[in-house]
Amino acid sequence: MEKTLLQLDQLSKHYGKLKAVDQLSISIKKGNIYGLLGPNGSGKSTTLGMILNVINPTSGSFQWYEGTHTTHQALKKIGAIIERPNFYPYMTALQNLTLICKIKQCSTENIQEKLELVGLWDRRHSKFKTYSLGMKQRLAIAAALVNNPELLILDEPTNGLDPEGIHQIRKLIFKIAEGGTTILLASHLLDEVEKVCNQVIVLKNGVKFYQGPVDAISQTFGFFELSSKNLLKLKAFLKDIPQIQSIREEKGSLIVSLNAEMEAEELSLKLAAANIFVTHMVKKMPSLEDQFLTLTQS
Amino acid sequence: MRLLSIELYKIWHNRTSRFLILSYFILIFSISILSTINVEIGPIKFNLAEQGIFNFPYIWHFNTFMIALLKIFFAIIIVAMVGNEYSYNTLKQNLIDGLSKADFLKTKLYAILAFVLTSTLLVFVVSLILGGIYSDYNEFPIIFSDLEYLFAYAVKLFGFFTFCLFLSILIKRSAFALGLLALWQVAEGIAYGLMKWKLSDFIPQLSAEQVIVYFPLNALSNLIKEPFTRLSAIQNIADQIGEGFTKDYGISVFNLTIVLLWSALFIWGSYGLLKRRDL
Repeated sequence: MEKTLLQLDQLSKHYGKLKAVDQLSISIKKGNIYGLLGPNGSGKSTTLGMILNVINPTSGSFQWYEGTHTTHQALKKIGAIIERPNFYPYMTALQNLTLICKIKQCSTENIQEKLELVGLWDRRHSKFKTYSLGMKQRLAIAAALVNNPELLILDEPTNGLDPEGIHQIRKLIFKIAEGGTTILLASHLLDEVEKVCNQVIVLKNGVKFYQGPVDAISQTFGFFELSSKNLLKLKAFLKDIPQIQSIREEKGSLIVSLNAEMEAEELSLKLAAANIFVTHMVKKMPSLEDQFLTLTQS
Repeated sequence: MRLLSIELYKIWHNRTSRFLILSYFILIFSISILSTINVEIGPIKFNLAEQGIFNFPYIWHFNTFMIALLKIFFAIIIVAMVGNEYSYNTLKQNLIDGLSKADFLKTKLYAILAFVLTSTLLVFVVSLILGGIYSDYNEFPIIFSDLEYLFAYAVKLFGFFTFCLFLSILIKRSAFALGLLALWQVAEGIAYGLMKWKLSDFIPQLSAEQVIVYFPLNALSNLIKEPFTRLSAIQNIADQIGEGFTKDYGISVFNLTIVLLWSALFIWGSYGLLKRRDL
């Protein structure tokens, strides 16, 4: 069995009457890439704050490394970025990372490699306050990686970045994921999560809504997008096919959801046999975004 | 040592802090310049060194009192560094990087201790040199008498800095923390005034003087009493105009205890604040 890195047990944080996080139990196992999803204010950052020792839980508990490490011992072995990059503005990138190595009690020999990874080695002697937001965010990633962490926690790593910055960070995350690091990625950007993660945890109003593999959340039979010169005739014909769950019209084409397996070829043959010819036909799988919205809005 | 080096790293790479620390140590050394002051107004010749301020063992009293005035330099550094940790959010980052809250407080305390010890050592060395040059008495037992002033000096600095540390963690903003420090001084003065005025009406057995010694800033300033009236020149003048002083200039264990108790309270309070607060 995979090693459990982190176990949350009935963890709650209440602010007065507001239940920011309510009885949350999660386990994070080595080797997976987790996506922590949820709309703004769903308790993602509060949850991360609690396991990172900066927010005191109201009740419940969490355990690092099956209880063999205290929280601060465990934090030295992981890497985490929360919200926005926090560094000493008067120090250079190199000085900031050296300080972090002192705190994490790790060797400073990784600094060059990590700064090169995020493309900041040439700017290592510049003070942090002279960096652009994208550079700050990349420095934060380098800082989180400097101890070769077993688990990397990223909270909205692309927040507030321009498209190029987002692209750079995303590429970095892929690279890190390929290296076999366990990642917990909190985000409300679903395509980000869909592309990187193999496990998702969905939070809503501080409560766990769903946890499981990414494929399972989008495990449906997909849908067809169809258009024809005679939509009414097409619609009438489709209604009688048993694999079809529902049909709705959108921007002059039909969105046809399936409740059983059906290949595009099969449908195409059926239509041809009935003398119906389509001008457009695509089979699609719903994106995580669609699934997420169905989940959280129900 | 690791915790101390973390804090020193933060302080040393901050230009303002580095400037303040360097000027502090330079100022301590420049106290020796005092000795060269020669005031000549017509027939009156005045030389500080000849007034006996550098005589052993009086010099221990004089130098610890004077140099303690410079403690505000390091107080500003403490308050500014803690304020920075909050405003840059680096306290949060330090904790995420695996420093426990107790360790974080220890980095600050160790830096304070290191500073207090260095400063005390410097005062010792500077006084020894100045005394060696100017003192009229150079017998070994006289030189090393009254060394309790150095101990009181260290306690005084430590007490003051832990107070500053507590205020800065409480307020989180350096400017307001220094403001509160100034306000506190005023408040103690007002409290003393009120007690002098009304306290005996309520509790006749108690005088304002008996109560005020327990107040933190008052306790700090009581540790080392002002040395000026102890100078023989001034004593002579006072005797001539019939106002002889009978004052105890010594270091009292009572005052030391009060200051150390306050320090413990401030450290405990700082830790409580750190532990309780969410970031």
